[in-house]
This record gives sequence, structure tokens and C-alpha cells, in this order.
Amino acid sequence: MSKISEILQKNESELLADWIKEQLAAIRRRDLMSDVDLQTQSTDLLRSIANAARSGNVTDLSGSEWAGVRERLNDISSSRARLGFSPEETATFVFSLKQPLFTKLWAELSKDPSAMFTELWNATALVDKLGLMTFAAFLKTKEQLIAQQAEEMLELSTPVVKLWQGIVAIPLIGTLDSNRTQIVMESLLSTIVATNSKVAIIDITGVPAVDTLVAQHLLKTITAAKLMGAECILSGIRPQIAQTIVHLGINLSEVITKASLADALAVALQKTGKMVVRIDKQNAKQPENKDGVENKQAADLKGA
Amino acid sequence: MGDLLLVTIQVDMHDQLAMTLQDDLTNAIATHGSHGVLIDISSLEIVDSFIGRMLANISGMARILDAQTVLVGMQPAVAITLVELGMSMPGVKTALNVEAGMELLRESVTGNRLESGDDDY
Repeated sequence: MSKISEILQKNESELLADWIKEQLAAIRRRDLMSDVDLQTQSTDLLRSIANAARSGNVTDLSGSEWAGVRERLNDISSSRARLGFSPEETATFVFSLKQPLFTKLWAELSKDPSAMFTELWNATALVDKLGLMTFAAFLKTKEQLIAQQAEEMLELSTPVVKLWQGIVAIPLIGTLDSNRTQIVMESLLSTIVATNSKVAIIDITGVPAVDTLVAQHLLKTITAAKLMGAECILSGIRPQIAQTIVHLGINLSEVITKASLADALAVALQKTGKMVVRIDKQNAKQPENKDGVENKQAADLKGA
Repeated sequence: MGDLLLVTIQVDMHDQLAMTLQDDLTNAIATHGSHGVLIDISSLEIVDSFIGRMLANISGMARILDAQTVLVGMQPAVAITLVELGMSMPGVKTALNVEAGMELLRESVTGNRLESGDDDY
């Protein structure tokens, strides 16, 4: 039966006080965690370590008696990772338990050097293992955060916007790999359905380079939209891109291409039966709405 | 529907059913003298290359009988699948829903633009 468990239980409040003092001496992030929270966390952890140690096993931490400790360490570590603690600060939280624990062991076993050595070794091994667990959990949380952010970035960079009734635009920023093409396609098609659109303008001003692969992805997207009854216009083609496309022999004869989004919008409006007219202040008859956009039929009837 | 035929595909198509559909459709076109066929696939959630080919075939047969085919209501997932399968279905007109499809057919069949007034801005 390890002495550690006994010591942990007998001297809980003293150990706690010393441990917290050690923690505060090492690092103090009052901006991230209040003193009360720190006290609660430390007390909770120490009690669960004491509980687990009661089983007599302080060397193998993979068993069920240490499950509570593992879970707590995981939670503490993850929350600290999210709050913005550094990995050293989080690990120090656990490692600073060594000093108070050793002091107590010394006090108890100073008469028995060989027993003290054994217990000191057990204690240091135990705290080391707990520290490693903490670090591993911290790292896992950070990796999860990074993966989540990468996914958010992917979604952020493919918005589909409604330009007018029946016209949607998708401004592409960044390079187009097969992963993003999937997302772009799904995004575009579901927006076409939701907005009942007949024309989709794909603007590639923000695409730095167009090679045969990117062109293939673009053509796939355009074909998919066509299958859903929406016509695609490619806009925002820069001069360099135009040169590259011809040099590579990419065939864009099936696609309407425009240099600017403005031109593409004009074509799109035409295709949906609309036109933009200047509001004639002299003319007594008011146009259908403030912007002066009327439908073609009305314009024809007015003889405009 | 007057001069237009409406076909709604709601069940999984297997060989026999596809043949039956082709027969029924071509007969109907001939009988009614239709010049437009609207195939509604909005209930189709899964397609394979067989269905893709079948739809293209029906469109071809209808064209020979002087009827224009419009495919409507394709779901996004279906469109993506067909594109990935390499079936772009050239020569088959498509529209988002039955209303848009009917408008498309009327334009091509009668050659006049429809007087639209409801869904404009």
C-alpha cells in the first residue's frame, strides 16, 4: 500500500495550499482564470487523485480507478487550451504538485531512507505521467481547433450571393482544388434551387492561376448547373488568365465568358428578360420601381 | 397540358420499366401530336449511368418525333453525380421546376415569348 495515498488523504488542505502557492509562483494568468476557479479546479483534481491512489496502484494509470483523474485532466487541459493558456502553463499546473508532495513525503519518511526513495520515485513517476496526459490532451484540443478553423475558412471562401431575381453570383477567391470544387458545386446548386435562379455568374477575379485542372473543375461546375436548368457565365477573367487558357488549349467555346462582373450582369439581366433604363425626369409616367429596372414587356409596351 | 406531355418519374427505374416508359412515351407523342415533353425527376434521389443514358435516349426519340424534351427538378446531388459520371447530357434541355420547364417548352414550341408578369422584380 503506497504511502502516497495516505499522505494525500491526511494532508489534503495543506497540500492544496502549498500546491496553489507553487502554481501562483510559477505562473499567474488572472486575466484567463479567476483565483476562485483555480482553487476549485485544484481541489477537485487533488481529491480525485487521492481517491484513485487509494486503490494502491500509483504506477499504472490506465486502469478504471484512474478514469476519473484522466477525465478531469482532459477537461482541465482542453478548457485551458481553449482559454488561451500556453502548453507550459498548463503542464506546470500539474508539475507544481511535486514540491509539496515531496516535502510531505520527506516529513513522513525521513527516518526510513529506502522507503522514502521508493515513495519519492513513485510520486515523481505519478506526477510525470499526469503531466504527460495533460500535455497530450492540450495538444489534441489545439489540433481540433485548427481543423475546425480550416473547415470554417473553406466554407467562408465560397459564398453564393443573389444578384437579382433569378441571378446568383459566386465570387471565387483562392485556388480551386477538387475539395473546394465539391463545396462550390454543392453550395451553388443548393442556392440555385433556393432562389429559383436561371443564371449563375462565376467570377474568377480572385483565382490566382488557372491551369487545366482548375479549368476542368470550373467546367464540371458549369455542367452541373446547366443540368439544373441554370446557365453559367464566367466573368472576371484577367488578361494573363486569358493567355494561359489559350496556350493550354482549354476549350471554353460552350461557355459565355466576360471580362468583368458588370458585363456578366448585363447579359444575365438580358437573359432573364430585364433591362436597365435611365429614368427620364421629363417623362410623366413613373417606372415600375425606384431603380428604373422594368421588365422588357413593360418597356416594349411603353415604346421606350 | 394541351400540346405538352408531362412525365413524372417517382420510382426506381429498372430495365423493364424503362423500356415500357419509352414505348408509352413515344406512342403518346404520336397519338396526341405533342410537341413538348416535360420529364419531372424531382423525386429521383439516386441516379446511375443507366438512368442518365435512358433519359438521354428518351430525349433523342422524342426529338425524332418532333417533340422537344425538357428535364426538370433535378436535385443538386443528382446533378453532381451525373457530372462526376461524365454524363453532361448535351442536347437535353433542363429547367429548375415544372413552371420554368413549361415556359421553356412554350417558347421553343410556339416561338413566342410568354407574357410573364408574376415573378418579376
